[in-house]
Amino acid sequence: MRNLLKYIIARTLMTIPMVFILLTIVFVVVRIMPGDPVSTMLGGHAPESVIEKKKHELGLDRPLAVQYVNYLWQICRLDLGDSMVFKQRVIKAVEDKLPATLELTVAGMLIALLIGVFTGAYAADKRRSAQDYLLRFYGIVIYCIPVYWLGLMLQLIFGVWLHVLPIAGRTGPRVFASIFEKTGFYILDTIWIRDWAALGDVLLHLFLPSLTLGLVISGIFLRLTRANMLDVLRSDYVLAAEARGIRHRIVVYKHALKNAFIPILTMMGLQFAQLICNALLTETTFSWPGMGRLLMERIYLRDYPTIQGTIVIYALLVATISLIVDIIYAMVDPRIRY
Amino acid sequence: MRFSPAAGLGKLLQRFMGQGKKYGMEWWVMIIGATIVLAIVIMAFCAPYIAPFSPYDQNTGPQLSPPNNIHIMGTDNLQRDVWSRVVFGSQTILRVAVLAAVLSSVVGITFGLISGFAGGNLDRIFSLIMDSVYSFPGLILAIAFAAMLGPGVVNITLAVAVIYIPTYFRLVRGQTLAIKEELYVEAAKAIGATNRVILWKYIFPNVIATTVVVFSMNVADAIMIEAALTYLGLGLPPSVVDWGMDLAMGKKYLPSGQWWLITFPGAMISLLALGFTMLGEGLSEILNPRLLER
Repeated sequence: MRNLLKYIIARTLMTIPMVFILLTIVFVVVRIMPGDPVSTMLGGHAPESVIEKKKHELGLDRPLAVQYVNYLWQICRLDLGDSMVFKQRVIKAVEDKLPATLELTVAGMLIALLIGVFTGAYAADKRRSAQDYLLRFYGIVIYCIPVYWLGLMLQLIFGVWLHVLPIAGRTGPRVFASIFEKTGFYILDTIWIRDWAALGDVLLHLFLPSLTLGLVISGIFLRLTRANMLDVLRSDYVLAAEARGIRHRIVVYKHALKNAFIPILTMMGLQFAQLICNALLTETTFSWPGMGRLLMERIYLRDYPTIQGTIVIYALLVATISLIVDIIYAMVDPRIRY
Repeated sequence: MRFSPAAGLGKLLQRFMGQGKKYGMEWWVMIIGATIVLAIVIMAFCAPYIAPFSPYDQNTGPQLSPPNNIHIMGTDNLQRDVWSRVVFGSQTILRVAVLAAVLSSVVGITFGLISGFAGGNLDRIFSLIMDSVYSFPGLILAIAFAAMLGPGVVNITLAVAVIYIPTYFRLVRGQTLAIKEELYVEAAKAIGATNRVILWKYIFPNVIATTVVVFSMNVADAIMIEAALTYLGLGLPPSVVDWGMDLAMGKKYLPSGQWWLITFPGAMISLLALGFTMLGEGLSEILNPRLLER
């Protein structure tokens, strides 16, 4: 237990320089690149004096080093400044949208795991058979289908042609009108107030976007599970279990899969960045009111503080998830705590 | 024996099939991938001869017409021919994706070699920066760059290139660290070769082989990122013909059931990415069977 605690502390400390560098990259990209946020914001024809005044208000006329320190200090206090376009704190806008993104991402990850891990284990079990080749081919093809196109095609089939699933938003109009804001995670909220009709509506809206997201990521899990399972199925304890007369299916899907799962956990952490990118595209495709939509909308409006704030939150999110995954990994597999 | 073209061709084909037998499935994966890539590259080069209409021509037929004999992929809302736009769109995406991959590989390989060879604090700092960029969601970084740089073919290429530098860096640095300890490098050092000679004559040629595989996969990924950026409305001015932009435009007509506007450009993005991925997969199995076993 003490070992684990030591590992967690060491791992958390290791995150700090990474976060610091990520924040620096965001600062460099948003502040130093060409393009003047203030004159864009005020429209091209604002008089020089107005621009200067606004710049002073926003602190953009100070030396870059000062701006940089202020920026880091702001983030330490979790203050992302004010929006340039709306009368709104950036942190408030992000708070509103973050649950939608997390709900979509988690649902997508679950679907990807469900599809990827089981098909991967199946392919490994049926190695070098037609099913194996077919599944491996699926793994390659699904990886090459852009998530936004898959989303559009699913919208076309299930929403436009079959009329069975909604293609936009998190809820239908009726449910949207009934206020159940508490956590912002609609599934939890509807369960909390025991409104089962609303829960059904929320799940129905979540289905297509999360399926899109899950399918695209599932190929990677399939391949990884298959590769790990091939190693595990060759090991002595699998042979021993088979020799003891345990049913083949139980040996493969219970004993072997459990051991093949540990590297998949690491992969989940690495894939999270990829998942976030795909979630952004899925949000745009399905008009899902999450962080990705927020970022894109504010890019069109040239709302620099919100753009910067959203990207900072994305960076913090990725760093946190990779930290959590590593800690879970250390809990599951005592060997890496050394 | 008299030379006959038919027999020569037959022999060539036989050798070709023999290769297939030797490597099995992976050989065919590579060949199919290479064929797809080659077909689309030819399409891009011969675009003016293949496309029946100009991609900008706003008077090719009825508005939003479904696929028929004259317009095999239908027409869009501005009466342009979708097939012609698909053909010309291949030029943009190939140019951006390949250029971006070249750019990031040159930068990544150079820094990876230097960092791995030099070691010490320089290596530590480089690695930390590269690892941080690597962990950052690539598309979001590209979005930030594309949004700040503004639209343009060069700008989108830069935005896409930035996110792949760490991939090459990490690969090459790891290889350099391993090769540095090899006996032949020690020998070169012993006979008085300078660092520069060791780096370029002894380490670089051994590193480059593995990057070929990564390069092919990288182009596949860059294709999807490029199309994603233009789908989001970033990166390119509206005057350029591009699959991602056509997809975004077709999205507006999806609720009314105009399926051909999204189906064809999207399928082409997938096909091109699939070609490069299969090429990379096959190559990696053939060049280095142990690379993909992870």
